[in-house]
Amino acid sequence: MQRKWEVRFSGTGGQGIIRSAVILAQAALYDGFDAVQSQSYGPESRGGSTKGEVVIDDEIIYYPKVNLPNLVVCLSQEAYKKYGADIRENGILIVDSSICKDDNKVPENVKVYEFPIIETAREEIQNELSANVLSLGIVTGLTEIVSEQSMIAALTETFKKNILESNLKAFALGLKIAQTAKN
Amino acid sequence: MRPVYEKYFRDNIPHIWCAGCGNGIVMSAFARAIEKLGYDQDDVMVVSGIGCSSRMTTYIDFNTLHTAHGRALAFATGAKLSEPRLKMFVIMGDGDAAAIGGNHFIHSCRRNIDITAIIINNAIYGMTGGQYSPLTPTGKKATTAPYGNIDRAFDIVELSRGAGATYVARGDIYHAAQLTNQIVDAANHKGFSVLEVVSTCPISYGRYNKMPKPTDMMQYIKDNTVSVQKAATMTADELKDKIIIGEHFKIENVPEYTEEHNKLVAEVKKDYLEKLKGGAK
Amino acid sequence: MTNNTINKIRLVQGNEACALGAIKAGATFYSGYPITPSTEVAEHIANKFPRIGRHFIQMEDEIASIGAAIGASTVGHKAFTATSGPGFSLMQELIGYAAIAEIPVVIINVMRAGPSTGLPTMPAAGDVQQARWGTHGDHSIIAISPNSVMETYYETINAFNLAEQYRTPVLLMMDEKVGHLRERFEEDEANEPVIMYRPAPKEGEKFVPYANVECGVPHILPLGKGERYHITGLTHGETGFYTAQPKAVSKFVGRLSDKIELNVDKIAKIEENYTDDAEVLVLSYGSSARSAHEAVKTLREQGHKVGMVRLITLWPFHDAKIAALCEGKKAVIVPEMNLGQMAREVQRVAKGVPVLPMCRVDGDLMTPDEIIAKVKEVL
Repeated sequence: MQRKWEVRFSGTGGQGIIRSAVILAQAALYDGFDAVQSQSYGPESRGGSTKGEVVIDDEIIYYPKVNLPNLVVCLSQEAYKKYGADIRENGILIVDSSICKDDNKVPENVKVYEFPIIETAREEIQNELSANVLSLGIVTGLTEIVSEQSMIAALTETFKKNILESNLKAFALGLKIAQTAKN
Repeated sequence: MRPVYEKYFRDNIPHIWCAGCGNGIVMSAFARAIEKLGYDQDDVMVVSGIGCSSRMTTYIDFNTLHTAHGRALAFATGAKLSEPRLKMFVIMGDGDAAAIGGNHFIHSCRRNIDITAIIINNAIYGMTGGQYSPLTPTGKKATTAPYGNIDRAFDIVELSRGAGATYVARGDIYHAAQLTNQIVDAANHKGFSVLEVVSTCPISYGRYNKMPKPTDMMQYIKDNTVSVQKAATMTADELKDKIIIGEHFKIENVPEYTEEHNKLVAEVKKDYLEKLKGGAK
Repeated sequence: MTNNTINKIRLVQGNEACALGAIKAGATFYSGYPITPSTEVAEHIANKFPRIGRHFIQMEDEIASIGAAIGASTVGHKAFTATSGPGFSLMQELIGYAAIAEIPVVIINVMRAGPSTGLPTMPAAGDVQQARWGTHGDHSIIAISPNSVMETYYETINAFNLAEQYRTPVLLMMDEKVGHLRERFEEDEANEPVIMYRPAPKEGEKFVPYANVECGVPHILPLGKGERYHITGLTHGETGFYTAQPKAVSKFVGRLSDKIELNVDKIAKIEENYTDDAEVLVLSYGSSARSAHEAVKTLREQGHKVGMVRLITLWPFHDAKIAALCEGKKAVIVPEMNLGQMAREVQRVAKGVPVLPMCRVDGDLMTPDEIIAKVKEVL
C-alpha cells in the first residue's frame, strides 16, 4: 500500500471543497495516520476556483503542503483547467463528467476516472451540494487512503443531525459508484 | 477645620502642577466627592492617561493606574469589564481624551460602560508647553498656533451625545462646590458618564491669550459661565462663547455594558451546562 | 479505531489550538480587533469564553485591545489579545507599557507578509526583530514561535506561564501557515501542563510592588483587592512612584532586562535533531522549520551529515547555546520567511562560522527541495 498521499480537492467556491479535505484528514487521523490539511490563500488560489489539500502519511509530516498531488478531484471546469494536469505520475484523477477534458492535458500514466458526481448528487440526493461528500465516497471506494469506518465517523463528527443522513447517503452512493468502476 | 479630603491623598508625593493650575481644585473636589459617595478607597480605581491632569493618579490614595497617552479608557474598560464591582473613574486632559484618545472616548460612550470619565479641559497641551488641542477655541494662540488657531474645537457635550453617552455634565473650577456635587452625580449614574471640567492653565494658555495671571483666568470662567437652566432662556447670540455648565443630559434605562455582558455570560453558561448534562454533542 | 480514540483525536486548526491553549492556561480575559490571519483566535474565544464564565470583548482598535488586556491584568486576570502585522505595529507602545509596568499579558501575533498591509493572507516571519525591538526603550522580551498545531497549544500555555512568572508581556509569534493549518490535536494526558500564576507575597509578607529582589521578579497583587498601590509607565522606584534618581533608574531598567536575559537557560527552548555529528547545520523556526526538518531528514537518509536546530523560543536569544551549536561547523544555513532577520543573530554569535541566510518573502513556504539544494552547495 502506498504510504504517502497528497490529495487535492478542487472546484468552485460553495461546493464544500475545503470541507472535503477536512473530513478526509479527520478520517486519516482516526485510522492512525498523520494528516495535515491546509488551504493555500496564495496567488495560485486566485480566480474562480478553490482547492483544499491534505497530506496523509504513516510517518510524521513536516512539510505541510501538497508538493505534487497523487490524487486530484476536480468538480468544476475552471478547477480542472487549473489543477487537472498538476498531478504525479501514476496518480489518480477523478473528474465530474460535466467537465470538458480538452481544456487540459493530463500526464500519461495517470488513471483518470470520470463520474457524473454533480448530476448524481442532484438526482439522487436532490442536492448538488452533496457532490463533495459523494466524491469522498468515490475516493474511499477507489483507494485505500482511509477506511470506510473512519470516514463514516468523520462524517458523523462533521455534520449536524438534520443533514447527516443525506450526507451518509451521498457517501454510500459514492462508494457504490466506485465499486462499479472497479468491477 | 481639617479638610476631609486629606485621607484621600498620598503622603510625601511632590506634585508637578504650577501655581494657579486648576488641577488641584479638581483633585480636592474629587476627594470630597468620594467622601460624599461613601466609597471605600479599596473599591475605587482611578485610571489616567498622560498629561498634567493625569498625574492626579499619583497623588490620590486609591487603586491608581497611570497609563499611556490617550489610552486610559481602554485600560479602564478592561479592568471594569473583568471586575465590575470596582468604582471606576478615568481622569483625562482635553488632548488626552479628545485627540489621541478620541476613538476610545467615542466607543466608551457607545458601549455605555459604567465608568465616570472626568475630562479636565484647559484647552491646551500644558505639559508640553502650550500647543493647541482639539478644545482650543478658534482664534486663540498657542505655541503651535502663533498666529491664531484655525482649527474648530470639539464640543464635548455634543460629541458625547452623538457617540451615545448617557450622562453628560459640564463643570468648572470656579464653581468648586458645584463641581464636587457634579462628580457625585456622574458617579451615581449607571452607565458611561462624562464630566467635562473647564479648567485653567495660566502658564501655557493664559500667557499667550491675554490672561497671564491665574486670577485672570478664574475671572474669565466666572464671567462666562451660565447654567444650563439660564442658557435655556438665552438666545444663540447671547450664548456665543459662553460656557454652559450643569447637567446637560441624562438618559436612564439604557443597558449598561458590564451588566449586559454578565447577563449574556450567565445565560450562555447555563445553556452550556444544561447541554453538557443532557449529553448532547 | 474505537469511539474512545475518536473523542480524543481531533483535527484542529492552529488558531483554534491557540484559543484552547489560552483556555487551558486559565486566561479569563480577551480583548481584540479582527485581523487576518488571526481572527479565528477571537472567534473561538468569543464562542467558548461565555460558556465558562470568562470575558471577551471586541475593542475599537488594536491599541484599545492591548490596553484593555493590560487593564484586566492589573486587576488580576490572565489576559491576552491576538493580532497580525498592522495590529502588532499599533500595539508596540503598550507592549512597552506592559514591560515597564511589569504587567503579565500575552500577545498572539499570527504573522503575515508586510510591510504595511502587505500580503494579508500569506505567511511570513517579518516581525521577529520587531518583537524584540518594536517598542521604544531598553527592555527584554519573551517571544515564542510554535511550528505545529499541537505545539501552538502547549506554547500558548507556556506563554501565559512565562508572562505570569516573569511579570512581562510574552509574544506568541505564529505565522499564517501554522495558524491556518489543520492537524492532529491530542492532549498528552500523561503530562498535564503545569499552570502558573503570578508571584504573590506570602501571608504577612510586606508587599513592595517593584522591589529590587534578587530573582528579578517582584511580587504582584491585583489592584482593587485591598492593597492600594500605583502603577505607571514612568520610570519608577520600588514603591511604584516616579523617580528620576539615576541610581534607581539604572537599577530598575537593568532589572527589567536581567530578569529575562539572566534566565535564558530556563526560558529558551531549542530543539536539536541530528546535531551530534553534523558538519552543516540548518537553523530555522516557525513553519520554515517544517520545510527545513523535512529537508534535513531527506539529506540524512542520503547519508549527509546535516543537523537541524529549531528555535522554539526566539527571544531571549540563547547566545551561548547557539554559539556552541555552530562551533566547528562548515556552515550554518538559516531558512526563514524574511530577509535574514534571525540569521543576523546567528551571525552575531557564530564566530568564524559562515552563516548563510536563506530568505523567502513572496508569501509562500520554502520547499524542502530548495533547502536541500542550498545545503548541497556547502556540503
